[in-house]
Amino acid sequence: MEKFSFYIIPTIIFIIVGIGLYKKIHIFDLFLKGAKEGFLGTVSIAPSIIGLITAVSMLKASGALDIFTSFMEPFAQLLKIPTQTIPLMLLRPISGSGSLALIDSILGSVGPDSFPGRVASVMMGSTETTFYAIAVYFGAVGIKNTRHAIPAALAADISGFLFSSVVVCLLFKNY
Amino acid sequence: MLGVVWGFMIIISVLCAALTGRMEAVSNAVLSGATSAVELLISMVGVMALWTGIMKIADAIGVTKFLANLFSPIMTKLFPDYEKGSPAIKAICMNVTANVLGLGNAATPMGIAAMKEMSRSNKNKFIANNSMVMFVVINTASIQLVPTMISILRQKHGAAFPFDVMPAIWLTSCVALTVGILTAKLLEK
Repeated sequence: MEKFSFYIIPTIIFIIVGIGLYKKIHIFDLFLKGAKEGFLGTVSIAPSIIGLITAVSMLKASGALDIFTSFMEPFAQLLKIPTQTIPLMLLRPISGSGSLALIDSILGSVGPDSFPGRVASVMMGSTETTFYAIAVYFGAVGIKNTRHAIPAALAADISGFLFSSVVVCLLFKNY
Repeated sequence: MLGVVWGFMIIISVLCAALTGRMEAVSNAVLSGATSAVELLISMVGVMALWTGIMKIADAIGVTKFLANLFSPIMTKLFPDYEKGSPAIKAICMNVTANVLGLGNAATPMGIAAMKEMSRSNKNKFIANNSMVMFVVINTASIQLVPTMISILRQKHGAAFPFDVMPAIWLTSCVALTVGILTAKLLEK
């Protein structure tokens, strides 16, 4: 599995740059334009990241996060999910920056290559900020009644969260 | 919504610290939290800029168009109200492609364009039709080829192979997306 994942990124970059050269496109100018967008995009989320990481750090230092997680322990064991990932599951659909702050703290305390660390990574990478997408897209066309959008979107999120542990067990043999 | 969550996180922290006698730790966390946020941003900004730069080239060499064409037959199945090649299907395909490539900045305007196209043929302007719900559900499930953000975080915390969770993420995304689509179809009536 590790050997395979080494190839993904260099291969993607190789193909894109290779075709760009072959088609005689100004690849570096394009790169600069895109990189500027990515740079400014990251800078633009800085205020919300600062606010949310501070709040998550406070929550962790106060012991509130531990108390909450220990309450959730029975549920986590029932569903065979690492307890540390429960706050992430609750915040993920609501806030992108908030869940980023949480997973930063989770990976910092359990390590990215531990079982909970890998499960949290998969949860984060395989789901979206559901309520944000719902608000943006329905808001843009003035829809008031979203009908079955929220139940269906949450069903997708929940199945993704539950499947994360399963898939990490399947693909990483050392657990 | 987020404002309330954020507010409660802070209020609960201070109250909990007062009750458990951890005020010193919380006081330190205020300072170290803000600092570590900037550290995280610094570790993110390089890779994010690099990747959006590479994806700009990908767009120019026609990857976006190629993928949009590839998705077109699937999308006409999922959105039976619209014909192949209609403006709605085109906008939907472009939005899905932008999401797959991780071009968040391009995906949202495309998605709004798709919603506007679907709104045009909507009987009641305030109630979502089946296609709109299906579209939003697809957008709330992440379908990203390279999950950049999570890989950066894993590298920052010392993962041996930051990208080794990619296949697991792809599989999980597919499961979540399938469940979303099936649930949306089931609840249509």
